[in-house]
Amino acid sequence: MHPWIGAGSEDRQDLLHELGLETIDQLFARLPESVCIDHLDLPPAQDEISLRRAFFDLGLNTTTAAREPSFFGAGVYNHIRPAAVDAVLSRAEFFTSYTPYQPEISQGTLQALFEFQTLMTRLTCMEVSNASLYDGATAVVEAVLFAFRVLRLKRPRVVIADTVHPIYRSVLDTYADPTGLEIVTVPAGPDGRLDIEALEAAITDDTCCVAVQSPNFLGVVEDLPVVAQAAHRVGALAVHVVTEALSMALLRAGGHFAFDVVCGEAQSFGVAPGYGGPHLGFFTCKEKTIRQMPGRLCGETVDSEGNRAFCLTLSTREQHIRRAKATSNICTNQGLMALAATVWLEAIGGSGLRRLAEDNLSRAHDLARRLVDEDTGWRLAFPDSPFFNEFLIQGPIGGTEIARKAAEAGILAGIPVARWSTRWPDGLLIAVTEQNSSADLDALIETLRVAS
Amino acid sequence: MSIPQDLLYTKSHEWVRVEGDSVVIGITHYAQDQLGEVVFVELPVVGNAVEAGEEMGTLESVKAVSEMLAPLSGEVVEANEALEDSPDLVNQSPFDEGWLVKIKGSIEGMDLLDPQSYAALLEAEQH
Amino acid sequence: MKRRAHRDEPLFFERNPKRRGRQGILLPTFDGPSTQPASVLPAEVLLDDRPLWPDISEMDLVTHFHRLSQLNYAVDEGLYPLGSCTMKYNPRINEAVAGLSAFNAAHPLQPDHQVQGVLEVMWELEETLKTITGMPGVTLQPAAGAHGELAGILMIRKALEARGESREIILVPDSAHGTNPATAAFAGFRAVEIPSGPDGTVDLQALDTAMNENVAAVMLTVPNTLGVFEHRIVEIAELVHSRGGFVYMDGANLNAFVGRALPGLMGADAMHINLHKTFSTPHGGGGPGAGPVTVSEALLPYLPVPRVVKTDDGFSMLWSGENSIGSLRGFSGSFLILLRALVYMRGMGGDGLREMSETGVLFANIIRKRLEGAYHLQYDTPTMHEVVFDDSEQVKNGVHNTDIAKRLLDYGFHPPTMSFPLVVHGALMIEPTESFGPEEIDAFCEAMLAIAKEAEETPDLVRAAPHETPVKRIDEVRAARNLKVRFVDEA
Repeated sequence: MHPWIGAGSEDRQDLLHELGLETIDQLFARLPESVCIDHLDLPPAQDEISLRRAFFDLGLNTTTAAREPSFFGAGVYNHIRPAAVDAVLSRAEFFTSYTPYQPEISQGTLQALFEFQTLMTRLTCMEVSNASLYDGATAVVEAVLFAFRVLRLKRPRVVIADTVHPIYRSVLDTYADPTGLEIVTVPAGPDGRLDIEALEAAITDDTCCVAVQSPNFLGVVEDLPVVAQAAHRVGALAVHVVTEALSMALLRAGGHFAFDVVCGEAQSFGVAPGYGGPHLGFFTCKEKTIRQMPGRLCGETVDSEGNRAFCLTLSTREQHIRRAKATSNICTNQGLMALAATVWLEAIGGSGLRRLAEDNLSRAHDLARRLVDEDTGWRLAFPDSPFFNEFLIQGPIGGTEIARKAAEAGILAGIPVARWSTRWPDGLLIAVTEQNSSADLDALIETLRVAS
Repeated sequence: MSIPQDLLYTKSHEWVRVEGDSVVIGITHYAQDQLGEVVFVELPVVGNAVEAGEEMGTLESVKAVSEMLAPLSGEVVEANEALEDSPDLVNQSPFDEGWLVKIKGSIEGMDLLDPQSYAALLEAEQH
Repeated sequence: MKRRAHRDEPLFFERNPKRRGRQGILLPTFDGPSTQPASVLPAEVLLDDRPLWPDISEMDLVTHFHRLSQLNYAVDEGLYPLGSCTMKYNPRINEAVAGLSAFNAAHPLQPDHQVQGVLEVMWELEETLKTITGMPGVTLQPAAGAHGELAGILMIRKALEARGESREIILVPDSAHGTNPATAAFAGFRAVEIPSGPDGTVDLQALDTAMNENVAAVMLTVPNTLGVFEHRIVEIAELVHSRGGFVYMDGANLNAFVGRALPGLMGADAMHINLHKTFSTPHGGGGPGAGPVTVSEALLPYLPVPRVVKTDDGFSMLWSGENSIGSLRGFSGSFLILLRALVYMRGMGGDGLREMSETGVLFANIIRKRLEGAYHLQYDTPTMHEVVFDDSEQVKNGVHNTDIAKRLLDYGFHPPTMSFPLVVHGALMIEPTESFGPEEIDAFCEAMLAIAKEAEETPDLVRAAPHETPVKRIDEVRAARNLKVRFVDEA
């Protein structure tokens, strides 16, 4: 019998005998014959040696940031992932356990979640954080539906900046379709920042939320206080979307400016890019709206002996109790990814987190300056707009073409925005992290110069 | 289980008491016992109109949510604000301090039970 | 569960909140010029440089989490018989392969030609799922089972729109998992319950009455949450189809019949597959999961994007589709979970997968046989992969299912599922899976029988359980009444 099956062939006979059966088929007698098959048309079991070889070989067909310098960002960032984080995650007590519905034997997971919630509220300057959501895109959807609920389902208009990640916006469209929400997109100005006049014109009395990303999809830091004021003027909720969570170590998050929700993607905190997942959605809000918040929540309490303990709380919001009236149909969070972020953020430490953000800022701004100063033929698309570790460049050839040429030279130069943006179709989006050494920066500059 | 003699009851385990031109509403001892320890009460907004038979709020325990259905139509004139901080009043004192709302209107036309009939209903439900 | 637990492991924030200058990670240094934040960022958005939390060294960090881990129960510790959750062994080879940098460092927006290995994994997984279900299409995008339900229901919605119909109702049996009605509501439909018959399966007559031209779909779990196979599934599907509806199959319990039957032959139009249940990817303390959805011919045009396609030049990602419902999440799926599932499927092989289902069903029947008598069985219909008892025998002595659950903790086992199915009051829903050997099943049954005896002889002992866990019974009411959901520095 296969090693991943607990009963051997002799066991099977004994167990069947105990049930008074002759064959295993008798256990499946209730299945109508017309739906049954006698075997699966799949290859035989592969042993570990051939499994390792086969997948190693598949990996050879893949070029990643692990092998070549990469300046890819756009919502997925290549940050340091210390071995200690992986070691913690690979403890079976964490990764082979279920959702902590039995708190007496889940205090490890629960305390880690409580620490995660605390870390996220400190970063965002908000009062409450849930225990994670699927990813940044679904976090934005949840934020919009949350705002709709908080305002008692009476305001169907959603105002969103078109510099919110285009994939997030397309996901929002999918969800908005059946709910009857009206999505209004506000364009960026020529400086890559949200056009505030257009924003104010778009906000009406039936607007439930105003969502803006900062730093935005083009890397530009938005004027958050003005956005919050514009939203609150009509009583709408202000939502700050974050895709590069590390930016919150340097830039004040929405909580500092009275935003009602700060949410997005925290993959930067120790979660692998992994070709898109699993990643880590986060959601923070104010205490007064906690009952409308989606997702799991861990709370502090005591046990029968009066000792501090933790448990999931406010679960009446969730599907297994409220069924058709749940705040969301979500059943899973990203527990292990939330743990990764917790370990990562604590490992980096409060001082280290700030230093890391400053390091990214220095690398990105050094690269940006050199692109201009060293006569590469490339320029910043928004030279006067503030940015953190990501920016859009334009040059003598289009972003798609330069990306292709750079790839031939062994550099993942950045992401051409042509597939989404009609405003800056020739742009190349470049993210710089602590993984990019100054040799990488030299190589990119050289490639850009030669290729054009 | 206690059933005060000065109240009237609904088949869905609420009690009502006439106060002038309004009706005070709460849930019975039996209802709170079924629900378990109440951790949150969502009450209707004072000044809003409610429709008989429609949801006007919710009572939450750790494991269950129960809808509060308005037993009559009318304007909400008062809601028990003490429940905001002390939802446990619903458990401790369901017939008194744990009252829920006061609705302007009369009990005329409502399908109500006197204490004896309500006691009989409970008897029947438990068997 | 006896533990040398460090029950008082402090919160990270309490360790030494004021101490600075330690490091848990040596950060790379940049040898170029440093940029002062204030020189390039507007003052009003710049955060002051006060650290948001303490620093810690690497050893202290690892110790903190090691100690926390010891307060958890896990599959590697012993039987974890949560019904419908399928807590099986998570093979370590899955983790080894997912650790390859060729996979975990891949960026989802890299051009297709750079990530052929990644795309081939996704394509092969799609093909394998088609074989396992006998259905012609699949999306790998959904991040979990409930997310897969939503994908399926949105496709059904779109298919109805294409027919010019706006049906409003989705029928859900009363035994269904709570996500089913939640999904229906989320997708803009009204969920209407249909009652179960006396054998725990769908009451065909009730379905016949309810199945009118306003019903978009029926959501069925097969086998259902009672561990009972809907033996009239073919008739049910024919009835639903004949009146223009779709059949959504909740595949949470697919592990009961892999290699023995095909949902495609049952008439399913869409079915999500919880890779973290049937196909061994870890539950991770509550995610990440993955919930691919297989679909029938009728729903093929509406599959979400992006999805992988095979061309003459290899594999590529298709980012848009004319009739697609669109995207349900960022990027193409939880690839590292999909990868683990494929490693498992290849590692098991076709015959291994069939033996997996057979063994899970065999163990569930053994448990049923041994515990019947001590615990009440509301439905005596044949059991598939899980068996649902209730506490009605024990309630006579004032012992409820939650007490039995807590007492099981003392015996070193995770409790069964109790929160559903709603049709069984005081449910004890037991799913052993195929992973453990007969000795572990023996020990579990003995513990359950011992508890049944205790419930009769010393009910107070059971009601006061757990006695041996790192923390005692937890005050969940207090947690909900006095919400404390983050650590606040007293100082």
